[in-house]
Amino acid sequence: MTTASLTPGISSRAASAVSLFVLLIVAYGILPFAGSSYLFEAILTPFLILSLAAVGLNLLTGFAGQLSLGTAAFMAVGAFAAYNFNLRIASLPLLASIVLAGFTAALIGIIFGLPSLRLRGFYLAVSTLAAQFFVEWALTKFGWFSNNNPSGVIDAPPLAVFGISLDSPTGRYLFTLTIVLLLTTLAWRLVNTQTGHNFIAVRDQELAARVIGVPVLRTKLLAFGVSSFIVGVAGALWAFAYLRTVEPHGFNLDRSFEIVFIIIIGGLGTIRGAFFGAALLVIFPLVLSRLGSFLLGGRFDSGVLEMSQRIVLGALIIFFLIVEPNGLVSLWQRFTRQLSPKTKP
Amino acid sequence: MSWSGISPTSAPASLSRLSANGAHVSPPTSLEDDAATQSITAENASFESEANAYSHTGDEVAESKSHPALSLEAIALSFGGVTAIDGVDLVIQPGEIRAIIGPNGAGKSSLINVMSGIYRPDRGRVHIGGRSFSRVPTHRLARLGVARTFQNLALFAGLSVFDNVAIARVAFRRAGFIEQMIGLGRARREERDARERAAAIIEFLDLGSVRDRLAGALPYGLQKRVELARALVARPKILLLDEPMAGMTATEKREMAGFVRAARDEYGTTVILIEHDIGVVLGLSDRVAVLDYGRKIADGPPDTVRRDPAVIEAYVGVAHEEQTTEGAR
Amino acid sequence: MNFDFSFFTEVLVGGLLAGVMYSLVAIGFVLIYKTSGVLNFAQGSMVLLAALTFVSLIERHFPLPIALIATLALMVVLGLLIERTVLRPLVNKPPITLFMATLGLSYIIEGAAQLAWGTQVHGLDLGIDDTPFEVGGVLISKFDLAAAAIAATMVGALAVFFRYTRLGLAFRAVADDQFAAYAVGLRLPRIWAAVWVAAGVVALVAGLLWGARLGVQFSLSLVVLKALPVLVLGGFDSIPGAIVGGLLVGAAEKLAEVYIGPVFGGGIESWFAYVAALAILLIRPAGIFGQKLIERA
Repeated sequence: MTTASLTPGISSRAASAVSLFVLLIVAYGILPFAGSSYLFEAILTPFLILSLAAVGLNLLTGFAGQLSLGTAAFMAVGAFAAYNFNLRIASLPLLASIVLAGFTAALIGIIFGLPSLRLRGFYLAVSTLAAQFFVEWALTKFGWFSNNNPSGVIDAPPLAVFGISLDSPTGRYLFTLTIVLLLTTLAWRLVNTQTGHNFIAVRDQELAARVIGVPVLRTKLLAFGVSSFIVGVAGALWAFAYLRTVEPHGFNLDRSFEIVFIIIIGGLGTIRGAFFGAALLVIFPLVLSRLGSFLLGGRFDSGVLEMSQRIVLGALIIFFLIVEPNGLVSLWQRFTRQLSPKTKP
Repeated sequence: MSWSGISPTSAPASLSRLSANGAHVSPPTSLEDDAATQSITAENASFESEANAYSHTGDEVAESKSHPALSLEAIALSFGGVTAIDGVDLVIQPGEIRAIIGPNGAGKSSLINVMSGIYRPDRGRVHIGGRSFSRVPTHRLARLGVARTFQNLALFAGLSVFDNVAIARVAFRRAGFIEQMIGLGRARREERDARERAAAIIEFLDLGSVRDRLAGALPYGLQKRVELARALVARPKILLLDEPMAGMTATEKREMAGFVRAARDEYGTTVILIEHDIGVVLGLSDRVAVLDYGRKIADGPPDTVRRDPAVIEAYVGVAHEEQTTEGAR
Repeated sequence: MNFDFSFFTEVLVGGLLAGVMYSLVAIGFVLIYKTSGVLNFAQGSMVLLAALTFVSLIERHFPLPIALIATLALMVVLGLLIERTVLRPLVNKPPITLFMATLGLSYIIEGAAQLAWGTQVHGLDLGIDDTPFEVGGVLISKFDLAAAAIAATMVGALAVFFRYTRLGLAFRAVADDQFAAYAVGLRLPRIWAAVWVAAGVVALVAGLLWGARLGVQFSLSLVVLKALPVLVLGGFDSIPGAIVGGLLVGAAEKLAEVYIGPVFGGGIESWFAYVAALAILLIRPAGIFGQKLIERA
């Protein structure tokens, strides 16, 4: 019996727990006092929200194998639903609006996920694109969603929880951090239950899964539902805690692709991958921008930056697909461990 | 005519803990004696007595007492213009090891797919445990007590060996996903039960050393064994094996044959297997059905079938090839 | 209320002609999918690149034939480059991986195209007037008709190419059975490179026509994404399917916009094709012309 499977497993789990603990201490205990507004507003908060959206998408596409190119649409649903719940039900606390928004997004997600019962792969992708374009159109076309605001762009309400105002960069960061941690923990928990294994089974061998008794229908719809819930909450956070405006065009096809890129680069079918990928995606434009100004000076304007970003992003995708299709998580594992292959995300 | 074969008495060393006559021996790891296990043990006991009555006795058995475990009645199936199965009747008695053999394209895999509901036959009915179907409901196979393996392997590559086996208990679990996430009460009991059963089967099939490895990373022969484990953990009454020994070395085949026989002896499972290697089949099975061009051309105990002129003729071109490839392995 | 038949016909014809252009783009997809199983998400960005390059050269006062040849050369080089750097390393990976790779590719091409030529909108004048003329009481745009003619010519040329040239025959062989083609001695990497070049040429024609119609701008690649519902309807591996699918989508879209659109306040063109394709898929999961795959367990 090889010994590779037991003891190193325990110690690597312990190592993960310790590093997570340290991260939490830094995130809650040090950063709020040491960090600048810029750090919170431009880096940490968007990083956390994109990670959350990526966790949601990864549940659906990475774990359950249902390709979705319409993530941004469900984020938009979450954002607008949260806004409307908050606006129209006067006594509803903000947190409740966000939770209800999540459920709304879950419902829409399940509806647009129904085709997955008959469609696979590219065909399913077309269906999720339908969601993307339809939702974008509907939210723009029907003024009711934006409270008939003439410009179609609305301000998000200020953040407050249990009467405590969180309307500052640090407050918004802490709010986001807590929600993201909570939902990520739930996602992690789900993935390690038998239901989570059902997701993987449906992804890897749908027919065999059906044969052994996995309820394939229910599993796929559950994947769409849970994923869209998380993505919807991420959308609400994006509008409330990051942009502080709610408008449909920030949730366009590019955004959907952005989340897809995050999970590919980070590592499909892993929870940590969402965070690794989001980190890369948030950091690299900043690095690129600094580098560009440094090398090319004034010629490196925002247009050039935007285009260069597209090129680098595309190249990164292809690079990862060729060199390390299991993403950053896999690279990380190769650096830190030399064990026989294991299953932990 | 002789085929290289496996004698019924050979068994790999790891199974020596089973007594030679297949008498019931308590499983290697102890399961909690809760109600579920007790009822299963009682079920096993009754299967055991039936199994002992039917093993190695062949055709006279057909008329005796209980319902067949599974029977096919006038099954016909075509794809486009090609006839895959052309009016086949087949009766499988509880606790027997039934082989279905025949040259390539004879319709064997199609038959297993009909038995597991993946194909709907154009005509005929499938009877399982007293119930009758025009198309077997694939998603309820586990609850019908049927489990199968796949010719080209259908393991969940993203799960470990242990999780691959444990997940096959899914049909017996009632707790919803939220209950599972909370992890208390019913969900906790079911999870523990599934893990214990998986551990028992993994021990039984000697997979302990690879239990935490990703199923997709294993060598072919081990993957086949994991598939068998996954099928067995559901304590099926009927086990459908689709070429369980394809692509294995002679040693691996002997081991696999031993495991299959042990599964029947230990758990009283009825085994229906499709296999190309005639030698294996003759040594392992109680009765053999031979298909050719979608029709059944022979049906009976191995010794009778191997001498049947129709069978020999169907195989004339194939037998020589089988021998030479056997030697080459 | 009288049903305005001539108006209906006008809209229908306009839609059909627009559909021709969708078909053009879809054909580029089909070429690549049929021979290599790759769904080339970058086809749209290739259309954009071709159009942008051509129009920018024209604006820099290059004579039309030179601009055309230069753009053609660019597309050829692009095709060869893609095969070498992206496809070859990924040759045995599952289709979804290749699809993601073309997603990345589309980003690179779009970024590079606009980095090189700028992000402003360009007008593209191909020398064909967009004057309407009357046929039996129905107004038809001269441009649309010319576009249809050009597209038809290209399809005809492709048909001739597949049937009568060695390379065309090789394409068909590879499309039919990659392993067999390989066994027979066909050099797959060369053929794939040729296929991508052909797709590039198709993209060029599509780019010029679409660019003349809409102006050459970034959203061109988005509009061209509509080819996906076309493929869904027509099957991913059928050129006749792409043509019929394109016509159907074009016509349905226009008609829907005119007759159903006002109910919703317009703008349904952005999603109608997708939802319609979805509806059809739910009835026929392989599309109208697609091959029903029998899943052998």
